[in-house]
Amino acid sequence: MNIPENLKYTKDHEWVRIEGDVATVGITDFAQGELGDIVYVEIETEGETLDIEEVFGSVEAVKTVSDLFMPLSGEIIEFNEELESSPETVNSDAYNDGWMVKIKLSNVEEVEGLLDATAYSALIG
Amino acid sequence: MKDTALSNKHIALGAKMVPFAGYNMPVQYEGVNSEHQTVREGVGVFDVSHMGEFFISGPGALDLIQKITSNDASTLTIGRAQYSCMPNGKGGIVDDLIIYKLKEEEYLLVVNASNIKKDWDWISSFNTYGAEMKDLSEDYSLLAIQGPKAIEAMQSLSSINLAEIKYYHFEVADFAGVDDVIISATGYTGSGGFEIYCKNENASQVWDKVFEAGAVCDIKPIGLAARDTLRLEMGFCLYGNDIDDTTSPLEAGLGWITKLAKDDFNDKAFLAKQKEEGTTRKLIAFEMIDRGIPRHNYPIVDTNGNTIGRVTSGTMSPSMKKSIGLGYVTKNLSAVDNEIFVEIRNKQVKAKIVKLPFYKKA
Repeated sequence: MNIPENLKYTKDHEWVRIEGDVATVGITDFAQGELGDIVYVEIETEGETLDIEEVFGSVEAVKTVSDLFMPLSGEIIEFNEELESSPETVNSDAYNDGWMVKIKLSNVEEVEGLLDATAYSALIG
Repeated sequence: MKDTALSNKHIALGAKMVPFAGYNMPVQYEGVNSEHQTVREGVGVFDVSHMGEFFISGPGALDLIQKITSNDASTLTIGRAQYSCMPNGKGGIVDDLIIYKLKEEEYLLVVNASNIKKDWDWISSFNTYGAEMKDLSEDYSLLAIQGPKAIEAMQSLSSINLAEIKYYHFEVADFAGVDDVIISATGYTGSGGFEIYCKNENASQVWDKVFEAGAVCDIKPIGLAARDTLRLEMGFCLYGNDIDDTTSPLEAGLGWITKLAKDDFNDKAFLAKQKEEGTTRKLIAFEMIDRGIPRHNYPIVDTNGNTIGRVTSGTMSPSMKKSIGLGYVTKNLSAVDNEIFVEIRNKQVKAKIVKLPFYKKA
């Protein structure tokens, strides 16, 4: 299972890359594997400011729809438009080209509450 | 939870296993899209041993089958199969099924796994004809070998000419070194192929030989997820989604298996009246025009936002890369090319009614 050391994670199987006060967010390798072939990523919250754990979009596999939750509070400043035409990138490159949104954090202290790679690895057992 | 005779094979192949209708079943191996494509373009094998097999025999067998089903089983000859359904006495459907005429006065009924007990009790309750009934669901395995290369891949396993078995016909013959296997030219994919019924004790051998013989055609195991996308591209109904105890066969577009001219059968009077008066709703097929994927139970609304029905099945079609679905809508809004809207997470997303099948061979 691929769980990069330099990222933070949530119990909802999202990864977070922190650069200053901007967080890049996607779903983990484990999550994409559980979902199977991803066919649609819907994110219509660009420009909105949302609280931690609020739903910012959804990801659909052939058989299932899953909500995407804010790992941290902030404004959605960008979403990965490439996923509109190539949602399968989330399967093939979950941690890089498969990123979903960038969030301008409103409370950087929340980062402390995220899981590190070891804790996330333990979570998915 | 029950295992099929092949559950360990699936686990060894790395399948993702899920509980389905009380059985531990493979939902996918490599991935649903690639498995789907394998069946559309090559050949794949499904373990669908969870399906139920009832054997009904004796002088009263046909009378019992005629009473409980909507299609006319008296037209069957030995070696032919028929798609049918069991009306529930209240205008709905107990289950859909395939009936095989094995011999004079001997039939095989293949029913959905999730309905085995319900169907058995239902059929038994009408058996005033003295028919002998046996539930051999736990003794039989069923492999569906599906795809345009199925004949080529499997011919070496049998002494009979597989190409000569016509659609919805079957032979009882040798297959993979086992005698008396039912080789049926049926399936739930729209890509041709066979369904193979054998005893559990032979299932492992048949499975292994199918893979050996099919290797030249790059045969692959296929999970239940692809079975669902394949059937949906054809518009084949799934019991529990598109048909159930509340939907009539006429509403579901199953008028072609509702033979009102045959002697008495369950719901005959109701269905005759419904046919004469017309149904109030109809199962339709639709494609999304705007982006979004329809899912079971999403509301269907008209241009004014009034609810006119519900989605019963929906997916992103792997063959066409389009969002497709089935659903019931009010009859007067059910014409092909009509625009409808599917409510997806509180948003009304435009779709249009189309003809079936969604998928047509290139």
